Amino acid sequence: MNIQPISGGFSDAPRQSATAFRSVLEVMSRPGKTAVLSGAKPPAPLSIAAGTAILTLADSNTPVHLAGVFDCDALRQWITFHTGAPLVPADEADLAIGHWHDLEPLDRFRIGSPEYPDRSSTLIVELHDWPQENARLTGPGIKTKTLAFVPGNRPTDFPLGLDLIMTMGERISALPRSTEVEFL
Amino acid sequence: MTTITRRDWMGVLARSAPARLAHLLGATPQHSILRNPEIGAVMVRGRAGATGAPFNLGEMTVTRCTLQLEDGLIGHAYVQGRDKAHAIRAAIVDAQMQGPDANDIFARIVSPLLLDENVRKAAIASKAAATKVEFFTMVRGVD
Amino acid sequence: MYVAVKGGERAIENAHAWLAKERRGDPDVPELSTAQIREQMALAVNRVMAEGSLYDPDLAALAIKQARGDLIEAIFLIRAYRTTLPRLMASTPVDTAVMAVTRRISATFKDAPGGQILGPTFDYTHRLLDFALLAEGEVPPAPTALTGPAQDMPHILSFLDRDGLIERAAPSDEIPPDLTRAPLELPADRALRLQALTRGDEGFVLGLAYSTQRGYGRNHAFVGELRIGTCPVEVDIPELGFAVEIGEIELTECETVNQFTGSKSQPPQFTRGYGLTFGQTERKAISMALVDRALRWRELGEDFTGAPAQDEEFVLSHCDNIQATGFLEHIKLPHYVDFQAELELIRSVRAAAFASREAAE
Repeated sequence: MNIQPISGGFSDAPRQSATAFRSVLEVMSRPGKTAVLSGAKPPAPLSIAAGTAILTLADSNTPVHLAGVFDCDALRQWITFHTGAPLVPADEADLAIGHWHDLEPLDRFRIGSPEYPDRSSTLIVELHDWPQENARLTGPGIKTKTLAFVPGNRPTDFPLGLDLIMTMGERISALPRSTEVEFL
Repeated sequence: MTTITRRDWMGVLARSAPARLAHLLGATPQHSILRNPEIGAVMVRGRAGATGAPFNLGEMTVTRCTLQLEDGLIGHAYVQGRDKAHAIRAAIVDAQMQGPDANDIFARIVSPLLLDENVRKAAIASKAAATKVEFFTMVRGVD
Repeated sequence: MYVAVKGGERAIENAHAWLAKERRGDPDVPELSTAQIREQMALAVNRVMAEGSLYDPDLAALAIKQARGDLIEAIFLIRAYRTTLPRLMASTPVDTAVMAVTRRISATFKDAPGGQILGPTFDYTHRLLDFALLAEGEVPPAPTALTGPAQDMPHILSFLDRDGLIERAAPSDEIPPDLTRAPLELPADRALRLQALTRGDEGFVLGLAYSTQRGYGRNHAFVGELRIGTCPVEVDIPELGFAVEIGEIELTECETVNQFTGSKSQPPQFTRGYGLTFGQTERKAISMALVDRALRWRELGEDFTGAPAQDEEFVLSHCDNIQATGFLEHIKLPHYVDFQAELELIRSVRAAAFASREAAE
């Protein structure tokens, strides 16, 4: 058996996953804010931040969709070994990972139902670089307004919608469905 | 040459009594941990009407572990209960059984565990057999 | 409206310390070990595992010791513990046809292939207190008999199945819903009902089952087969790509044969109810099978007679003893402010009533 898929997990899972969860929670609560997220060493092409987020958020009850270049053997094995998450098509996913253009069209993903808005997808959008701010954000968790990079339009019908996590290297930020986006 | 499959020896190790496996293995060989021993639950499923659609019956505790021996062999263990040392020992034997010493390990560890299991099962079966009933029809009711 | 109250820390701490002392009882009497509970109070351990929904005899024994023998409290402790465990995976459905049986009886088929095995049962005991147990002593070994080569124990009802005299339980590989992970939605399918019943309160399920026998949703059940024994549990290991046995668990399985005269949608044939529970818990398994059968009225095209055991919402909402005891017992906790508001209300209504009476006089 190839050793690579089973290395690179948390060495101290309780502590590392709690710390990582706190970081994800923090950026999700404060749209536009970025944080450092590390601990996992996933195989390429997954970033450290995205790998850490997956180890923290996914388990055997969290169907994961891999889009584009992320749908490769090394990642499939790594995610399966460390989280047991089932790998599924876009319309069944709780979590999806990909570059923006591979995740599109976003209406493939579940946005929840009025009874269960939580039955929706969270997309982990991997960025090649961290571009300039291109949008003005307002809404919960933002005192007045803030500027941030937003990769594109996402379907929202609050309280239904998609939540986005943006990752690059060890950097993470988030855009929950509750945030109003106004492109500059 | 042993013909036991990996599936079978992993099952034997999982069902073994922790103290017995510890005794048979003796000193634990050098190894590095790839996944720390972790206690979790497995949802046990049954089938409606014994053969029908599956349903969730309830969970059981299980401990899993993955490690690598110095010669590079990787062993996995999934064992019932919450004994982390037992999971490590089971993973060690799983790794050893894939290597050149498999025959020796089988004879020294797996085979005695299989024997224990058969003795235990036979003891229960013989007690059950002693409670087997033959009901005789005394009078068949008339309509 | 709920208003938090403060205070009482010292009293609570002292109450807990006293509780710990009471749990231990008279120190001149030797302390119980959890191994003793596991081995000698095995049926209590089994009940705690079944209703706690976690198979781990050592933990169940610990819970019973900590709960001073209050089994519902012990089940509560196990339920709380199991929420802390990561769910690693689900097993492939256990195959009860390969059970290593310690007990296998049929009330309907005298000459069941494989034979009837009584096992370690209370049946046919005289329910006379055995005063010899007041003294500690050795128990003679259980008698044994020669066994033939190990043979499969086919399900007895499968013989009727072959003749088409009993409804089929057609296999499927659907992933069942899990009421511990998703909120209960009604109507519930049979998989969800069976999960609720197997972890439901033994007393509640027994009472409902008895009510069907007495005529409230009568379905004329007989035990087609009751078997107790150990079954291997097998799990697909994703990193290996094949299934592995991870251990063995003791199970009790009950299949009932029920009279059925046919309905608009079904021909006359026997129908079945099903019970499967952790451990040696046969009263529970039989009760479960009866209630399962009563709840199946809709899919069999029977009439709803208004019986509690047929009412899925009633059964599923009330069979869980931890939900029940949580809600029931919370009314003894401080509700001073709510009660104060009610007092004010009653006083003002009474004052108004007296005032209008005086005005009328």
